[in-house]
This record gives sequence, structure tokens and C-alpha cells, in this order.
Amino acid sequence: MPRVVVEVMPKPELLDPQGAAVAAALARLGYAGTGAVRQGKRFEIEVADATPQALAGIRRAAAELLSNPVIEDVVSVDLLPERVAP
Amino acid sequence: MRIGVVTFPGSLDDTDAARAVTLAGGEAVRLWHADADLHGVAAVILPGGFSYGDYLRCGAIARFAPVMTEVIRAARGGMPVLGICNGFQILCEAHLLPGALVRNDHRRFACLDQRLRIERTATAWTHSYEIGAEITIPLKNGEGAYVADEVTLDALAAEGRVVARYLGGNPNGSRRDIAGVCDPTGRIVGLMPHPEHAVEPGFGPSTDGLAFFTSALRRTGSQ
Repeated sequence: MPRVVVEVMPKPELLDPQGAAVAAALARLGYAGTGAVRQGKRFEIEVADATPQALAGIRRAAAELLSNPVIEDVVSVDLLPERVAP
Repeated sequence: MRIGVVTFPGSLDDTDAARAVTLAGGEAVRLWHADADLHGVAAVILPGGFSYGDYLRCGAIARFAPVMTEVIRAARGGMPVLGICNGFQILCEAHLLPGALVRNDHRRFACLDQRLRIERTATAWTHSYEIGAEITIPLKNGEGAYVADEVTLDALAAEGRVVARYLGGNPNGSRRDIAGVCDPTGRIVGLMPHPEHAVEPGFGPSTDGLAFFTSALRRTGSQ
């Protein structure tokens, strides 16, 4: 089935304690040159048909359920390209 | 007076909340998340815990539980609702209260006896307190930092909708030390600390929490 990818990120103005913890771990492990980290969420949702209507439905779901607009932004809703068989 | 206490998968404090209702002199009615029926209760408590494992976001799945359809409908019709901890998160996710609760700024789980100041007594759940009363009740949360945009925070302050603020240090990074807020009518209250754990001598730091439950039982027509 085709899949739609939804990416959600914490709002830039909010503190992201998880991202800060990851950034601190990167520094501790010696990954030179790494700076701030922000941690978000990625959803892969199967849809029966890759139609504009299906994509619009996922956009509504992203706003209603997958994100909380008080603290998060939906940064992308895209159709995942089909994997080409080798 | 019958007060409902909802149990979601992952609720922890439902039994304590029901016990607090009983100790306050009310009749606690256990409500089940999958049962879209409030069984005639006059008020509802959404208890603390980790409903649905806190999957997606705290309260985000619980907000769509069958019982919540009825809670939201009744709350919009004026039924008092108290959301404690996870219940507060659910009320925010359900848009019955503004703002959201996010991870503690210091990234650690907070578990302590917390001092609070009651800043609004014109609510269904705090009218038995004196305005400005300082109380100590348990606080235990990982995602208890109250956040909202500045416009919302200013409006909450201007409308007197901050029900309680933290005293003696902010335990989780909540904006403006907010521990609890209410809707414009004062019937819907969300609170991060746990009054249901401070209702009986010998258990918890005080019995300061009991008045949340006696308030609901002694409702007057104005609240």
C-alpha cells in the first residue's frame, strides 16, 4: 500500500528537553561539531489510494490527532515514494 | 452527591480519587473509558496516571475514548470536571482548557510535597478554600510543565483563571508558576499536583487536598 509520511516537530520557541538530552549525549560521546538538537516525530501511514483526497484526509488527521498545535508544528505531509524492486 | 471517576487503561490514581470523594462525604461512581455513559453523575474527575501509556502525547489518545465524548458534552453543558495530572493533560488535549503540559524542563521525574497558593476560589473545586490559602500536597509528574503562548497566559491572568500557583520554587518549568487553571465558568479545573493524595491524616503531607472534593459536594448555584 502507498504510505504517507507525516513529520511533527516541537515549536521552535518551546524548550525541547529531549533534544537537549540528545545534544548533551552527542557531545559526551565526542561527536565534534554537533550543536543543538531538536527531536520530533515521524509517522508512516498506509493509505488505500494515493489520491489528493487521501492526502487531504491525512493532513486533517495530522492537525487533529498527530500533533497538538499548542506545542507542535506539522512540518510535512508527503507521499512516500514507492520502493523500486531491485 | 454522585461524582464519577474515570478509569482509562494506565490510570493510576483513580482509586485514590474515588477514596477522596468518599472521605469528603460523596458517592464515588467508577466510570470506564470504553463506556460512553456517565451513569447520572453530577461531576467527573479525570485521575492521574499514564492513560494509554502516554503514547503519542500525554492525554492525546484518552481524549478520544468513548467516555470522553460524554464528558466533553456534559462539561460544555456546565457539569463540573476536575482533571488531575494526566487528567489535566487530557482536558488540555480535549480543548476544554487552554495550553498544554510538556516535559519537565530539568528532564527528571518530579516527586515531592509541593506548596501551592490557591489563587481562585470561584470554581466548583476550590470554593471551600480561602483565597490565597497556602497548601501542601504531593506532586509527581514527568510532563507537568504548563505552557501556552504569551497572549493566552496574559488572558488567563487577566481573567483570574489561574487556580493555583507553585510556591517555594517551580518544580517543572511551568510558565508563570502555574499549577492549575480553569475554564471561564470555573467549573472545569485542571491541576498538576495531587489533592487526592492529601485527604487523610497519616497519609501524605497534609489533609490540605480534601477541600477540592468537599468544594464539589457543597456546590452552590453560582458555581
